[in-house]
Amino acid sequence: MVGVVIVSHSQTLAEGVVELAKLMASDAKIVAAGGLDDGTPGTSFEKIYNAVEEVYSDDGVAVLMDMGSAVMTTEMVIEAMEGRKIVMLDGPVVEGGVVVALEASLGTPLEELQEKVDEARDTKKLDN
Amino acid sequence: MIDILKAIAAKIDEEKDYLTELDNEIADGDHGVNMAKGFDAVVAKLDAMAGKDIGSILKTTGMTLVSTVGGSAGPLYGTAFMKAGAKLAGKNEMDGKDLVEAMEAAIGGIQMRGKATTGEKTMLDALCPAFDALKEGIEAGEDLKDALTKAVKAAEDGVEYTKTIKATKGRASYIGDRSIGHQDPGATSAFYMLETLLANI
Repeated sequence: MVGVVIVSHSQTLAEGVVELAKLMASDAKIVAAGGLDDGTPGTSFEKIYNAVEEVYSDDGVAVLMDMGSAVMTTEMVIEAMEGRKIVMLDGPVVEGGVVVALEASLGTPLEELQEKVDEARDTKKLDN
Repeated sequence: MIDILKAIAAKIDEEKDYLTELDNEIADGDHGVNMAKGFDAVVAKLDAMAGKDIGSILKTTGMTLVSTVGGSAGPLYGTAFMKAGAKLAGKNEMDGKDLVEAMEAAIGGIQMRGKATTGEKTMLDALCPAFDALKEGIEAGEDLKDALTKAVKAAEDGVEYTKTIKATKGRASYIGDRSIGHQDPGATSAFYMLETLLANI
């Protein structure tokens, strides 16, 4: 099963996305890497690195990030873990996180997850 | 190099509140505090680096910034110092030509990491004109101090220029046109670093 890491500047936001995703996919391997080591806002190289390690398997890991340093720090983690199967997904963190956790728990491979996030981004919440 | 980095850390710490204030006006208000935290962590490692080559010292500085800054400045300056360190590997002294090469690599790293260019109201608006001035001076045969003096002036002008333009990269881009009139904190911290380098060579 693909592992999922949610990266956010906010620890509580990242944990909240994991909480929401687990409602849909209780057995998903999804973890939060939000905030700095002391819980204050920011993105932590170590937290992201350790989160990827925690859910890593041969099936790989998908990472969803909020903005700015979350993206850049994740890139640096991936460079530091060169040769491992880790993919950054581009899309909404909340909706994307839920969809990716669900798809991963159903056995969807890493290569197909970006497409699922794109669908989540395009889904309208209001009819008009 | 250790003394220069300590002086940069002191300058960043001194200007911490001002940098944060600048950042507060246009973005999330963490630049000064984050940079000070990062450079505090760098200073804590510097004494153990005594006797090491400039490349190793800069690489450790970069890695420490990545791990401790927490905002965009972490991966950006972190990559910059690591790239500069790679260029200066094995060197115990740095001449004008070395600085040109190191700065070119550092700027390349920032552009790669931030997918940014000049005119977007970022640290590049201070660093790129400074680099051009430095390179021109060194290539014309000026000594390091003269060339770097012009580079610092160009960086200062670059900081002024960021007041006139709209942010299109980073958190400040969320406020669009309303960022015009405000000075970019990243360009300001980049200027402080160059100014401190000049004062300590």
